[in-house]
Amino acid sequence: MHRSLPVMDQRKFGETLRRDAWWVPNVFVVTILTSFLVYATYAAFANAHYTSGPYLSPFYSPEIWGDSPHAWFGPKPVWWPGWLPFSPALIILPIPALFRFTCYYYRGAYYKAFWADPPSCAVGEPRKTYWGEKSFPLVMQNFHRYGLLLSFILLVFLWHDAWLAFWFSSGNGGTQFGIGVGTIVMLVNVLLLSGYTIGCHSMRHVIGGFRDKLSGSRARKVAYDCSSACNRGHMNWAWCSLFSVALTDVYIRLCALGVITDLRIL
Amino acid sequence: MASTTFKIWRGERGQGAFTDYATEVTEGMVVLDAVHQIQASEAGDLAVRWNCKAGKCGSCSAEINGRPKLMCMTRMDELPAGEAVTIEPMRAFPHVRDLVTDVSWNYEVKKKIKKFTPRPPDAPDGTWRMAQADVDRVQEFRKCIECYLCQDVCHVLRDHHKHDEFIGPRFLVYAAALEMHPLDTEDRLRDLKDNHSIGYCNITKCCTSACPEHITITDNAIIPLKERVVDEFYDPVVKLVRLLRGKK
Ligand code: SF4
Ligand code: SF4
Ligand code: FES
Ligand code: FES
Repeated sequence: MHRSLPVMDQRKFGETLRRDAWWVPNVFVVTILTSFLVYATYAAFANAHYTSGPYLSPFYSPEIWGDSPHAWFGPKPVWWPGWLPFSPALIILPIPALFRFTCYYYRGAYYKAFWADPPSCAVGEPRKTYWGEKSFPLVMQNFHRYGLLLSFILLVFLWHDAWLAFWFSSGNGGTQFGIGVGTIVMLVNVLLLSGYTIGCHSMRHVIGGFRDKLSGSRARKVAYDCSSACNRGHMNWAWCSLFSVALTDVYIRLCALGVITDLRIL
Repeated sequence: MASTTFKIWRGERGQGAFTDYATEVTEGMVVLDAVHQIQASEAGDLAVRWNCKAGKCGSCSAEINGRPKLMCMTRMDELPAGEAVTIEPMRAFPHVRDLVTDVSWNYEVKKKIKKFTPRPPDAPDGTWRMAQADVDRVQEFRKCIECYLCQDVCHVLRDHHKHDEFIGPRFLVYAAALEMHPLDTEDRLRDLKDNHSIGYCNITKCCTSACPEHITITDNAIIPLKERVVDEFYDPVVKLVRLLRGKK
C-alpha cells in the first residue's frame, strides 16, 4: 500500500469504542464448548450406561465392538492392546470432533473466543503476527470435507438408531412398535444433526456450489437450494445439535442409571 | 428538541483527538445530518466525505460508537438516547484529515483481479443466453456500493495490515461475482490462493455484519471460493478424479 499517509493508531488488546457487551458471545462460546468437551470426555471414557431399552447414546453409535446388544461385531476384540483404553465411544468420537472442529462456523467462533483473533469485530487484538489459514497448521482446516464425509456416514447410523428407538421389546423375544420420550429425544437429535450436516458449507459446495451453472439439472438445483436453506441457519443448527447430542446422552444415561424412567407415550 | 454531544475525531495524518460538539437532534435525523449541522454552526473546517446521502455512493463511511457504518444511513434514533456519539475515521486506511481517509489502495487492488472474460456469444447477434437461476447467485454481490466498511472492519487489514498480500472481503466478493458468473471463462483460483491470500480470512464474519448492503460476504462469497480453492489445490481425491478423467 502507498503509505505516504499514516493510519490511525492501532487499537490495543481489548480496546474499542463499541458500547455493547461484545465479549458476551465469547463467554457463551467458551463456556458451552468447554462444558461439552468435559462432559463428552467423561461420557466416552465411562463405557457404561449408554443404552436403555431400544435407545443407544449418539456418542456410542455405531457401536462397532462393545457389550451392549447394539454392538455390530460383538464385545471388545481380544487383540485390542492392553495399554489402549477401550470404549466404543472413543472409536467414534474423533469423527464428529474433527467435523465440528473444522466447521466453518465453529472456526470463526473459536478463533474469536479462544484465540482473540479478533476478540470481536472492531476490538483490538493481543498479537502482531498473523498467519490465518494460509499456512500450517490452520491450512489443515481445508480438509473439513473429509470430516463431512465421515460424519455423513455416522448420520446414516444415527437414523438407523432413531428407527430402532421405535421398537420396544415385547417380552417374548420379539419387538413391538412404540413411542417413548426417549424415541422423541433421539428423533429430534437426528433431525438437528441432519440440518447441521445438510447445511454444511462443504456439503453446499459438493452438492452443486462448485458449478457456475445449476440450472442444468433439476435434482441438483433442488439439492443445492435445500443445502443453502439449512446453511442460512448453520450457526443455530450447530448449537442446537451440539446441545441435543449431549442431552440425548444425558437422557439415556439417566434412564440406564435408573434415575428417571422413560415414559411410554404409545 | 434535544441537544446531543458528538465526539468527533479532529486531526491530520493519524494524529489528533476527539472534540466535543453539541447540536440539536430532531426527528428523523441521521448522523450525517448532525455532522453537517456542526459543520455549518461551529466547525466550518471539519473534513467529511459524503455525496448521495442515500446509502448508495459509499462515501460517508466512518466509525460510529466504535462500529463501521455509513453516516447517512445511521439514524439518530437507533443510537443509545442521552449518550454522547463518537465519530471517527476508518482505521484500515491512511488518514488524511478529520473523518476523511485515503481509500485509493482499494482501486489499486481492484485492478489486480482478472477481468470478466465471457465465452464467445451464443447467438449470431453477439448476445448470450443464461438461466435466471444461474445469475441469481451472483446478483447479491452486485449490490456492493464500495463503501469499504468491510475492508475497514476486517482484522487482517485493520489490525494486521496485510494490505500488500490480502485483497480483503470487498474484493473477495468482487472475485466471487466474476468467478461464479455462468458466462465467465477466466480462472482466478491460483491468484486467490497465492496473490490474493484468501487463506488469511479466518471467517470471523465481521465483514458480513458491517456490510450496509447486507451482502452475505463470508457465507456466500468467501467460503464458496475457499471450497473451490480446496478443490484445485488441496483435495487429493479431486486431484485423482481429474487425473483419471484426463483433465489438467
Ligand atoms: S470473515 Fe474474513 S474477510 Fe471477513 S472480516 Fe473476517 S477475516 Fe476479514
Ligand atoms: S461488500 Fe458491503 S461493506 Fe464491503 S464495500 Fe461492498 S457494500 Fe461496502
Ligand atoms: S461448515 Fe459447519 S459443518 Fe461444514
Ligand atoms: S453519502 Fe452516499 S452512502 Fe452515505
